[in-house]
Amino acid sequence: MSQRVSVVENILNANDRLAQENRQRLDTAGVFSLNLMASPGAGKTSLIEQTLPRLAKKLRVAVIDGDIATSIDADRAAAAGAQAAIQINTGGECHLDAVMLQQALNQLDLSQFDLLIVENVGNLVCPASFALGTHKSVLVASVPEGDDKPYKYPGMYRGVDVLVINKIDLLPYIDFRMDYFRRGVKVLNADLVEFPLSCRTGEGLDAWVEWILGQSK
Amino acid sequence: MHELPVTQSILEIALRHAEQANAKRITDIYLVIGQLSSIVDESVQFYWEIIAKGTIAEDAKLHFERIPAKILCLDCNQEYAPGDELVCPNCEGMHVKVIAGEEFRMDAIDVE
Repeated sequence: MSQRVSVVENILNANDRLAQENRQRLDTAGVFSLNLMASPGAGKTSLIEQTLPRLAKKLRVAVIDGDIATSIDADRAAAAGAQAAIQINTGGECHLDAVMLQQALNQLDLSQFDLLIVENVGNLVCPASFALGTHKSVLVASVPEGDDKPYKYPGMYRGVDVLVINKIDLLPYIDFRMDYFRRGVKVLNADLVEFPLSCRTGEGLDAWVEWILGQSK
Repeated sequence: MHELPVTQSILEIALRHAEQANAKRITDIYLVIGQLSSIVDESVQFYWEIIAKGTIAEDAKLHFERIPAKILCLDCNQEYAPGDELVCPNCEGMHVKVIAGEEFRMDAIDVE
């Protein structure tokens, strides 16, 4: 005999519940947390490298790095002054999820930190679907990627709180229409906080660092 | 893409509800997926046939109900389906809200 069973459950419910647990742990420990997302090569690790020395003696920072393979990024974060740098190798998975973050958090004594930076796997699609429990989601865009990215990856641009526009020192050399880019961003996410900067020249980094300091108080 | 973990979630949710209903077999699974969710039906189906094997959901048929995206312009109150851009076709307003198309849930299962 056939029977209909009502379910009405979000398919990513299990991930979302774990993300809430992660958030509670971070809140309890008083750790402010960022989830950095971007395409490969946009400059997530460079941004971390440039940010950490500017936070030295102000915040104790842990970095969790997600990559398909290698510990290159965690090594770079440790060299830049992270008090702890943990590498998660996703073994082919295209994004971090709340379980992976939970396992990484288990390796940290959260009472020793003020700020946690999570560097997601380089990908403009999948990380947007999986909440981690971090306080703010940051998208690192870079101008060589092209000005059409908000139009092509609306899910990512809609889901974040902060937009870093990296590599602005290259603007004179490439065809990047900032108006067109911003128009695409604005319709997706009118309240987005924006930081145009260059990790190479240092331009714009102060405003970004000030924002982190303000948020993590 | 991330259809594998998504398909694992689908199986986990279906099995849990089937167990609660003391079911011996899951015959149908009804999924509701918005147009803006980046999920490919064929890919979920592909993984399904691998991971559901050996479970009571092995022969279940996956039904995908696709929900078209619907946008509300907060400037002029017009509802519309988005084209390549989300900008309001009526007033060119940029202050918009997605009111449908983000669904990603399981509504029901049929069991025996």
